[in-house]
Amino acid sequence: MIQISNKRKKIKSAKDRRNFLKLTTMSMAAAGTAFAVWPFIDSMNPSADVLALGTKEVDLSNIKKGTSKTIKWRGKPVFIKHRTEVEIQDARKVDLNQLKDPEKDEDRVVNPEWLIVVGVCTHLGCIPKGQMNGDVKGDFNGWFCPCHGSHYDSSGRVRKGPAPKNLEVPKYSFINKNKLKIG
Amino acid sequence: MAKKFKNKTIAWLEYRLPIFSVLREALVDHPTPRNLNYWWNFGSLAGITLIIMIVSGLMLSMHYVAHTDLAFDSIEHIMRDVNYGWLIRYIHSVGASMFFFVVYIHIARGLYYGSYKFPREVLWWLGIIIFLLMIASAFLGYTLPWGQMSFWGATVITNLFTAIPLIGDNIVTWLWGGYSIDNPTLNRFYSLHFLIPFLIVGIVFFHIVALHKFGSNNPTGIDLNLKKEKIPFHPYYTIKDFFGFGIFFIIFSIFVFFIPNVLGHPDNYIPADPLVTPAHIVPEWYFLPFYAVLRAIPFKLLGVLAMLGSIFILFVLPWLDTSKVRSCRFRPIYKQFYWIFIFNFFVLGWVGSKVPEGHYLIISRISTAYYFIHFLIILPILGKFEKTLPTPINIFKISKYKK
Amino acid sequence: MKKKLFILLISYFLIFIGHLYALEDITLKKQKWTFEGLFGRYDNASLQRGLQVYQEVCSTCHGIKRLRFRELKNLGFTETQIKEYAATFEILDGPNEMGELFMRPGEPSDTFISPYKNKEEATAAFGGAYPLDLSLITKARKGGANYIYSLLTGYEENVPENFNLGDGLYYNLYKDGRVIAMPPPIYDDAIEYIDGTNASLHQLSYDIVNFLNWVAEPELQKRKSLGLKVLIFLIVLTLLLYVTMKEIWSRIEK
Repeated sequence: MIQISNKRKKIKSAKDRRNFLKLTTMSMAAAGTAFAVWPFIDSMNPSADVLALGTKEVDLSNIKKGTSKTIKWRGKPVFIKHRTEVEIQDARKVDLNQLKDPEKDEDRVVNPEWLIVVGVCTHLGCIPKGQMNGDVKGDFNGWFCPCHGSHYDSSGRVRKGPAPKNLEVPKYSFINKNKLKIG
Repeated sequence: MAKKFKNKTIAWLEYRLPIFSVLREALVDHPTPRNLNYWWNFGSLAGITLIIMIVSGLMLSMHYVAHTDLAFDSIEHIMRDVNYGWLIRYIHSVGASMFFFVVYIHIARGLYYGSYKFPREVLWWLGIIIFLLMIASAFLGYTLPWGQMSFWGATVITNLFTAIPLIGDNIVTWLWGGYSIDNPTLNRFYSLHFLIPFLIVGIVFFHIVALHKFGSNNPTGIDLNLKKEKIPFHPYYTIKDFFGFGIFFIIFSIFVFFIPNVLGHPDNYIPADPLVTPAHIVPEWYFLPFYAVLRAIPFKLLGVLAMLGSIFILFVLPWLDTSKVRSCRFRPIYKQFYWIFIFNFFVLGWVGSKVPEGHYLIISRISTAYYFIHFLIILPILGKFEKTLPTPINIFKISKYKK
Repeated sequence: MKKKLFILLISYFLIFIGHLYALEDITLKKQKWTFEGLFGRYDNASLQRGLQVYQEVCSTCHGIKRLRFRELKNLGFTETQIKEYAATFEILDGPNEMGELFMRPGEPSDTFISPYKNKEEATAAFGGAYPLDLSLITKARKGGANYIYSLLTGYEENVPENFNLGDGLYYNLYKDGRVIAMPPPIYDDAIEYIDGTNASLHQLSYDIVNFLNWVAEPELQKRKSLGLKVLIFLIVLTLLLYVTMKEIWSRIEK
């Protein structure tokens, strides 16, 4: 009786040892494979030279009040609008309930004189018109997207048309009164 | 035969596309000789290396630019800016050497154990075709960095085609897409280099189909007729192959992480200059034996034919080797000649890296002659006159169970 | 059979590695480089001195156009230091809104500039002898760092009797053909090190070669430390695989 149960115990422990061995080896192999695969996936992430160009410094001294400049940042256009008092007040007077994407103008700027938005329509990605003097600015005196007719106001907020969200405000900071760092 | 699958989803798919039963038959149940030694690991090693080359090559192709003005710089961009770019690049460049290392041993195994003999002649042919495609792919790939060796190696080898009588020059102009190796050449070499590995995958598929028709050869070379002489591929050879992978990856890693450039040529870190020829134009080590054969013969066309002949002769090997006995284990005389052949192949490789002058030239000529003598004279004669050892009836009847 | 396979593999390996290190007509001066070997690492102090040597001696003729200023952070410089350093260089940029090219101060994302617009201008300036870009020089020469070090310290004043040395050329023991167009660039106390180290010929050569090796192989440190981890992992895994294999095969061992 005891002999049979001892043999059973021996077989069972051999099986356990085998299973443990297999489990350990397989988990280690799986972990190794995961670590080996990562560099290949990471190589598709932005490379060092792309990351280095992730920030851009802009000289603001040439942008006159009432005008707007377009610069390229991370491959996209950025509108830098030097706003007049009228434009700022217009933006602040708006009732938030009227907005598709309610946002206070105060929350969209660091310095109300300067509005910085990414110039890509939030509908399907066209570049809205309104940067140049003769451009159509839409019904709200900001920007107008010719592709599907979205209108943006002087705070870059969508007021009419199919665009779901306001023009994106990128991360930025003022290095000094005349220098802006985007990104 | 029609063993059912328990899992419902698999059974559903299996009924419509019998992929699972095919995989199970090929990778799990497949009866494999129980006495295979480590020389039999090199097939799966070649397979895993092919996969590694395709994956690393694919990732490199996302960053590489095939234009003469940008190619060299794009690779430096990969080395310096792309995340883990240096790792992927070195895996690919070292991997090419590893691929040939593994395949040469795989072929050597075939030569030693008579794996090319009836009924595996077509299996052998498919293998040679894979080898030729590898050579083409490696040659094309080496030009892509557009270093000095890339450019001049390509110039030398494409110029060989001028040896073809009457139409040679036209063919070379057609290959170049111009009057010398330049941007059109680089671009088409890139396309072809991208294509060929997938052709190799296709041929490898048929190589395995051919293998499975009669199953693997084994160290005794005898046909295995008893059921107990074979064991299922899984788990015995899956685990043995994984162990082989482990050893292989260790060697691979030593090169990739610590001595990645030792197998290459420093001149390829100099951007290509069509107006400056390097002092010594040498191909990568895996081409050296064939390069030696090429330069041993003083006449251009003959040299090219000899170089090609040294590989194409392998196609007729099953008929040149007339011995009824497959494995060197039972062919004591041929075994000696086998090792002399291997040694001679090394000599050819060594002399291929030297300038073809003086005593190096003499050695290369003797070695080249011997290479062909081995196939054309020694093998046929041995087949007829060699006194072979008696081959066992089955693998268990061998007194010493050698691996 | 296993022994034969083993011998084959080892001889394979040895024959061509041995061939690579074959005796040349002159043996190079071998230095103990901190970046060599299994545990190779760069010595930042030496690299910073090397940068100074490059800046004050080599940059008049040689460019290192593949190195970007921002990479200097790996030598221990801060972002501000790098910004200031980059700004001391004038970079050609443009076209601007008027369509003109203009000069502007360098930024960290720029590369070191070559002293010449292109290779042709450089070659013409030196009567046909092109001062190479040094970005990859330690990888582009047989013998690597040891070769560059030997070259820099290998100038001989006393030219042997029958040796035909052309005008304006110099005799160097380690250059192919023993003739070199570059005049000896460094000598004892050629510059004064910022960190006060004694600027002997050996020290200057050692530091500049260290620096050049780093320029050619900036990933070396990361590569070797990762390599060590990978090797240890693989050795353990392979051992496990071996034991598992033996365990599985024991079922049918006769």
